[in-house]
Amino acid sequence: MEQPNLSYINELSGGNNDFKSKLIAIIKKEFPEEKEIYFKNFKAKNFKASAENVHKLKHKISILGLEKSYKIAEEFEDNLKENSVTGFETFNKILQTITDYLKML
Amino acid sequence: MNCIIIDDEATARAIISQLCSNNSSLTILEEFPNAIEAIKYLNQNKVDLIFLDIHMPDFTGFDFIQTLKNPPKIILTTSDPKFAIEAFEYDCIVDYLVKPITLPRFEKAIKKAESIPSIPKNIMDGKVETSSGNDLYVNIDRRLIKIDIPSIYLVEAKGDYIQVKTEEKNYTVHSTLKKIEEKLPNNLFLKIHRSYIINVQKIIDIEDNSVLIKKDVIPVSRSNRPELMKRLNLL
Repeated sequence: MEQPNLSYINELSGGNNDFKSKLIAIIKKEFPEEKEIYFKNFKAKNFKASAENVHKLKHKISILGLEKSYKIAEEFEDNLKENSVTGFETFNKILQTITDYLKML
Repeated sequence: MNCIIIDDEATARAIISQLCSNNSSLTILEEFPNAIEAIKYLNQNKVDLIFLDIHMPDFTGFDFIQTLKNPPKIILTTSDPKFAIEAFEYDCIVDYLVKPITLPRFEKAIKKAESIPSIPKNIMDGKVETSSGNDLYVNIDRRLIKIDIPSIYLVEAKGDYIQVKTEEKNYTVHSTLKKIEEKLPNNLFLKIHRSYIINVQKIIDIEDNSVLIKKDVIPVSRSNRPELMKRLNLL
């Protein structure tokens, strides 16, 4: 499984460690919230809303340099829009990988 | 350029704000997690450039643009490149940034925005109405709902609220009869009582001091009756 990294955040911060810490703190707060809403909607079989949630989560996936995972998320978002849950397990693994990574930061 | 950021995602707002901080020509005035708050701000403040997310719950970036009579320059920010074609149907959109936004791409968008002449100040009054005179936007539960004005047949004052009745649906809005009267075209609508505005074209009949519109019998006050009679094509 592809692993997250801070390349984008480092480049963006340009050596500004205050900004880097601030951004990581925001992601650490926002990611679990978005994830929770996504699971709630998915559990309720509200797949259109889940697709919107995946769309939001995609930004975090890209920020953490997960290029292949981003494509998987894109496909899963499209599937959800069609009321298909294909890709659910793979997407969950991506979320778990990010969750584990954020815990280490 | 004075800028605002509209994005429901705190991470995205922080990134755009950081990108702006690298450019001395940009000043971030405010950040908004939703478009409704931004509309209120735009009614009272001059803004040169908006960084606008397309995907927002309840009220999308495109919905937002349509509520502005004369929008300032807008740079769209989105994770979805699919909307690029639609985006350039709006003259106010100067560029389209796909997230995650990189510094070189951001700088390019700013140069593009700077190269386009500013919109004159006298039209920077982003009121909550569309450029088309046939629509009215009403704020209900933090959503701006579009109502087709000719479909309105009756507006009734109910305390701090007004009820707007259309052929399709009824809307209860926190507003006053006076405020909506200013937004409705005089040739179609007439206040016939301190609590009622009617669409004159929807009258079915008039009897004594009342008007029948759809199934509603509406009183006509003595002072408003002459104006109502003037509007009728009497045989």
